[in-house]
Amino acid sequence: MTDKRETAALIVHEPAFYDATSLQIPTLRILREDGTLYPGASLPEINQTLALKIYDTFLFIRALDERLLASQRQGRISFYMTETGEEAADIGSTAALADDDMIMAQYREQGALAFRGFTPDQFMNQLFSNEKDLGKGRQMPIHYGSSELHYMTVSSTLGTQLPHATGYAFALKAQQKPNCVLCFFGEGAASEGDFHAALNMAGVFKVPVIFFCRNNGYAISTPAHEQYAGDGIAPRGVGYGLKTIRVDGNDVFAVLKATQEARKLAVEHHQPVLIEAMTYRLGAHSSSDDPSGYRNKSEEDTWRAKCPVMRLKNWLIHQHWWDEEQDSQRKQFHRDAIVAAMKKAEKLPAPPLNDLFTDVYDALPWHLKEQQAELVSHLRKYPDAYPKSAGRLGDE
Amino acid sequence: MSKMNLLQAINNALDIALSSNEKALCFGEDVGHFGGVFRATSHLQEKYGKHRCFNTPLTEQGIVGFANGLAAQGMTAIAEIQFADYIFPAFDQIVNETAKFRYRSGNEFNVGGITIRTPYGGGINGGHYHSQSPEAYFTHTPGLKVVVPRNPEQAKGLLLAAIRDPNPVIFFEPKRIYRASVGEVPDEDYQLPLGKAEVVREGTDITLVAWGAQMEAIEKAADLAEKDGISCELIDLRTLLPWDRDTLAESVKKTGRLIINHEAPKTSGFGAEIAAAIQEACFLHLESPILRVTGLDTPFPLALEKEYLPDHLKTYEAIITSINY
Repeated sequence: MTDKRETAALIVHEPAFYDATSLQIPTLRILREDGTLYPGASLPEINQTLALKIYDTFLFIRALDERLLASQRQGRISFYMTETGEEAADIGSTAALADDDMIMAQYREQGALAFRGFTPDQFMNQLFSNEKDLGKGRQMPIHYGSSELHYMTVSSTLGTQLPHATGYAFALKAQQKPNCVLCFFGEGAASEGDFHAALNMAGVFKVPVIFFCRNNGYAISTPAHEQYAGDGIAPRGVGYGLKTIRVDGNDVFAVLKATQEARKLAVEHHQPVLIEAMTYRLGAHSSSDDPSGYRNKSEEDTWRAKCPVMRLKNWLIHQHWWDEEQDSQRKQFHRDAIVAAMKKAEKLPAPPLNDLFTDVYDALPWHLKEQQAELVSHLRKYPDAYPKSAGRLGDE
Repeated sequence: MSKMNLLQAINNALDIALSSNEKALCFGEDVGHFGGVFRATSHLQEKYGKHRCFNTPLTEQGIVGFANGLAAQGMTAIAEIQFADYIFPAFDQIVNETAKFRYRSGNEFNVGGITIRTPYGGGINGGHYHSQSPEAYFTHTPGLKVVVPRNPEQAKGLLLAAIRDPNPVIFFEPKRIYRASVGEVPDEDYQLPLGKAEVVREGTDITLVAWGAQMEAIEKAADLAEKDGISCELIDLRTLLPWDRDTLAESVKKTGRLIINHEAPKTSGFGAEIAAAIQEACFLHLESPILRVTGLDTPFPLALEKEYLPDHLKTYEAIITSINY
């Protein structure tokens, strides 16, 4: 028999319809806002070094987001997206991984990359699309990627990375590698068809993947209640045969602990997992968005009070691992490092013209060689119209 | 050498691809134990196990998205889309992801290990959704290669080359001749070059170009024209992206006339690209307008399939028109 449907299921003799109330998924919360633990809650696997690294990444990301949003306002970069309010979600989950586990991000997870060691210079080179950008200046700001840091290059298309995660995880399992994929996405992206495809395939193939949903209440202007009618994203995981958990996304210990256990399930048992982290997008969707058009300030203030950074800071102070003076010094250190990197990156030229044509294929086919030659002679004729590249043609 | 039909040649190529590369995987709807609805993957699961050749859930966007992930990790992903008509749910994954993976990451990552095989084309009473020739949707997408074989020997060599090419390839299989096209196929592992057209028959008066199952139509048309004393040069394009403009231009410079035949609708079909490029390259050599004999600008019909198809008679008429211009 290959038909594995449950035919011996519970039978009733009157119609009985089920809804979200039949399956209530609770929220894991460990750390209180004052920095103490909830009664009955226990810490994730964490030591002073890891705790301070997570917190330091929080501070770096806050400084990065603040400075770069301002730079976009000044017209120095074309576009930016902050992750303010959601730092515990991406950084806390990344802290549960091995360094060579693959991360596939949506776009609001620069904290994960910073935790992995992406440098201020690398961030700035991408944001300023200069010749040192690993992506060769081809994609919009915040579309980071690094093969060295096992952080898959971000693309704008929402949800497309989810089936990639399933496929990548399948390959890890096929090669018996002790690794998993952590795949981030927002609750809006979970409405895409790729979400369904990816979770269903992961469930069927039993691959080491952790789907991590940042449910921050909004997809641009669309509130969550216009995104779905069910009980959030988590129950869908159950429907696809995934192990599923909901966590307080502003509680870094809840995120860390859930992801540590999820990683064990994924890597040791090839059991795919869905984590839904409940959080709030404190900033605008992007530098092109103004949230005052669709939500009110008091709602934002409610969530500002649940700040994930403050919660961890309070805990660190209780441990006597941190104090206010260290805090302000470190914030200043990051601000200075970011400004210095920005000044450096701004001065670097755009990528050379050659980078416009390479990597479409592994090698240039005839038609691209022809188009490149045509463009070069055009630029030589009208150099003033193309200041980024025309002056550098002789170098190529 | 063995006598094989086109399906057997594809099955043989897949067998060699799996045996010569342990990172190669074959997957799609019904490709596992059953061996595919056309039997292209027959016996592969038996031979290589469920972990190398397997069924996926019924989701085209999932199949290609999954293939992207596999290939990004370094596997050789040979995905099947059951009919080319059903490749559209995966259009976003192919066009925005597969095709741009290497470029957008600055070559930090790539999915060059992907081959998407899919049966295409009409002539089998397939109606709207078992007959389409969607190649032009993909030739408009930088980053992809698009390949179409015309017979068993070509199918094996081109498919092995597609699977091993370090770029994503869409491999369209002409299902009308899956069993009808039979020929001698070398038993060994061999590859035919991608991006190279083949001059199938030399001639002096007019050039006819086609690909896949339509090669039969232009061959028959050329036979008819020969009785009128017209010498046709026949070219199988084989790869549509990047296509072999030089071989075609060289032929047209010799003959001065060109007819393009494809099953897909005329407007914005790949024939338009060929016509534009050849008039640019061969303007002073052309003796008559370049003509396109193609499917109509309608959805693919059921009852009047024969009327719709750009057959040998329509091609023959175009030859006469071109010669008498």
